[in-house]
Amino acid sequence: MVTFADAGMTRLEAELAEIAGSVPDPELPVLTLSELGVMRGVRMHDDGHAEVTLTPTYTGCPAIEAMSADIERALIEHGIPEVRVTTVLSPAWSTDDISAEGRRKLAEFGIAPPRPHAAGGPVSLTLSVRCPHCGSTDTELLSRFSSTACKALRRCVACREPFDHFKEL
Amino acid sequence: MTSTSGTDVVRTAAALALGDDALILSHRLGEWAGHAPVLEEEVALANIALDLLGQARVLLSLAGDEDELAFLREERAFRNLQLVEQPNGDFAHTIARQLYFSFYQHELYAELAAGDGPFGPLAAKAVKETAYHRDHAEQWTLRLGDGTEESRRRMRTALDALWKFTGEMFAPVDGVEVDWAALEQRWLASLTGVLDRAGLALPEGPRTGAWAAGAGRQGLHTEPFGRMLAEMQHLHRSHPGASW
Repeated sequence: MVTFADAGMTRLEAELAEIAGSVPDPELPVLTLSELGVMRGVRMHDDGHAEVTLTPTYTGCPAIEAMSADIERALIEHGIPEVRVTTVLSPAWSTDDISAEGRRKLAEFGIAPPRPHAAGGPVSLTLSVRCPHCGSTDTELLSRFSSTACKALRRCVACREPFDHFKEL
Repeated sequence: MTSTSGTDVVRTAAALALGDDALILSHRLGEWAGHAPVLEEEVALANIALDLLGQARVLLSLAGDEDELAFLREERAFRNLQLVEQPNGDFAHTIARQLYFSFYQHELYAELAAGDGPFGPLAAKAVKETAYHRDHAEQWTLRLGDGTEESRRRMRTALDALWKFTGEMFAPVDGVEVDWAALEQRWLASLTGVLDRAGLALPEGPRTGAWAAGAGRQGLHTEPFGRMLAEMQHLHRSHPGASW
């Protein structure tokens, strides 16, 4: 779980960041945005509007628009008159930003969580990925691309079930 | 606003060049939807197209209004490489185009990501995506080159056919601060390595030259580009200002 207290935010900003961060991801509703690691912070401006900073998982991730709308709704319900969501690219999001709790929920949901990632290293392809259904590590890659930009498609050799793997980025 | 300053003009032109590469290749890959050889490949090509579209949106937004730039410019105003506008052809042609371009784009973004220029943040993000694009093209090149007689013949034909469009990739673009000669050497070295393992040779023949009327970076495009653009822009031009 990301804490916002150390990011130089006021109490109100930290409170709003918790609310915005608890919004579920539109495509992976078992995860919150803060568990996914895409929430960057909240700033209250003098004219009373709140600025929420988000970072996309992939540059072209279409979910970012739904995330923005959900955050706006959540903060407006909390009494903030105006909310603006801005996206930043730097520093780039990595699957290492997914929290431990987020990884646990992914596996429970049937999506193999990403493996730890060596920054700047080659795309890791050979380390085993555990089947989220039966727990076997005997799984094979079907395609590096799957139902969304952030996932790869694998199949378990032991139980024969196909499954999504949140691929390392 | 200081949008008329020389630096901004150069930066805008550079963003257009890189953004148009991503936009046009994204559209070409999108044309595979419903036609790819297997479902997994359909999904892979669409995913790569989506990554490129995301990059294009960021880059074109640095240059102006993304929708106006994508849908309301004439052919001569586009600054993409001629390579990326080439038709999909058979699957081998698409893979050869991906091989040439993804290896180039990955090297380019890696260098931009390491610098502190205006494209650094995007490049640092996108280089992680292009690593997968490069891997996809490499795996297919190995499989087609080292597959059947037919797949090997088709891959060789495609590599040869697109070779003449690869010289333009390394013509320096103002405002893109990289060592172009070194970039070209790295590209050639990694390409040679993959082709070796696939049992294919580096094509011979000129990579640019008198056969060309000009280069995409100067707004001069090949014949298929106009038809592609007509289809890409048709909806927006037919319904100006329409929204979902």
